[in-house]
Amino acid sequence: MAEKTTILNLTEEEFVHSGNRACTGCGLSIVYRIGLKALGKNSVLVVPPSCLTVLQGLYPVASTKLPCVNVTFASTAAAATGVRSAMMALGKDDVNVVAWAGDGGTSDIGIQALSGACERGDNIIYICYDNEAYMNTGVQRSGTTPQGVLTTTTPIKGKLQVKKDVPAIIAAHGIPYVATASAAFPLDFYDKVKKATTIHGPKYIHVHTPCPPGWGFDTRYTIKVGKLAVETGLFDLYEIENGSFSLSAPSQRLVGKKRPPVSDYFAAQGRFKSLDTDMVNTIQQQVDAKWAA
Amino acid sequence: MATKTYCEMISRSQPGPGDGGNTGSWRVKRPIIDYDKCIPAKTKKRACFTCWLLCPDCVVSKTIPPAINLDYCKGCGICAEECPAGAIEMVDEASQTGKEK
Repeated sequence: MAEKTTILNLTEEEFVHSGNRACTGCGLSIVYRIGLKALGKNSVLVVPPSCLTVLQGLYPVASTKLPCVNVTFASTAAAATGVRSAMMALGKDDVNVVAWAGDGGTSDIGIQALSGACERGDNIIYICYDNEAYMNTGVQRSGTTPQGVLTTTTPIKGKLQVKKDVPAIIAAHGIPYVATASAAFPLDFYDKVKKATTIHGPKYIHVHTPCPPGWGFDTRYTIKVGKLAVETGLFDLYEIENGSFSLSAPSQRLVGKKRPPVSDYFAAQGRFKSLDTDMVNTIQQQVDAKWAA
Repeated sequence: MATKTYCEMISRSQPGPGDGGNTGSWRVKRPIIDYDKCIPAKTKKRACFTCWLLCPDCVVSKTIPPAINLDYCKGCGICAEECPAGAIEMVDEASQTGKEK
């Protein structure tokens, strides 16, 4: 395996300009910045409507230094397939074609195109940043919103249904590489994207990105909240490479150790206000059962 | 078709800083680095740079000592929260703008 990236050997070259439109303390900004460092100059991005489109800015100024195609919500992966075909026609096989979509654009609206691309085995990288709701339109619930979360479309009791496990759905397609990452562990994410660039075929990376305005916490706690999600065992970091599952370092460290209670994570955010004690206990039991297995 | 015409037709944007304007004006609290505590500044070695890694807006430089570009710093405070040496403090913007004048 390649050498682990550290802060000191991480490239200083930036592909995102300062002064973009992302909210203060945005988890996606961190992930995007680090992810583009890993992808490098030789990449084309395909982006559907999402917070990332906001981050990229309005005509005529863009905050990304890479070529970027803005496409419709439902066609992200299909458009990436098209870009890959165009690159092949031009003989540029070494270009990374990267679809970068939000959780709504992946788990709800764009899932058929993504599923199609995975089934066809197109050589693309698909990165889904999961801020667990439709954030840029004003916090509406999405398929990956966890149970009990208050959003503007589930304002009283919170979402009743459980979070959709998108990485597992994509892994069921039998693609060569599926990974999950978190904004709180940017170097782990960097290594995963770097690894994805070396693999041929469809690659899927699911990144958990805390969102201060949508989740209801102070902007300075973005990393703390992201770390808590991993440390409480609610969001696991793993890789599935050619069918073999392995936990990544931040989650591997928790095996056999006592984890902080999930209530720590819930208490840190405003969006879990409506959860009652029974519900918290149920979720704690579910997490414990998952980790016991 | 000429490339320029084509780029205009598909409304292609040019990359550049500050597409959201001068985002430093969003700031309510300003990060101030205490160079007596900051690890790279104190040891004069390339070390730590946690603030550089975690800054969402790439305004912290990976230099000795690290510097913050206040034109675009949105003042989220992630650097102050995560600094292992506790060298960054968030102070009220109002108390600082007076001093600059």
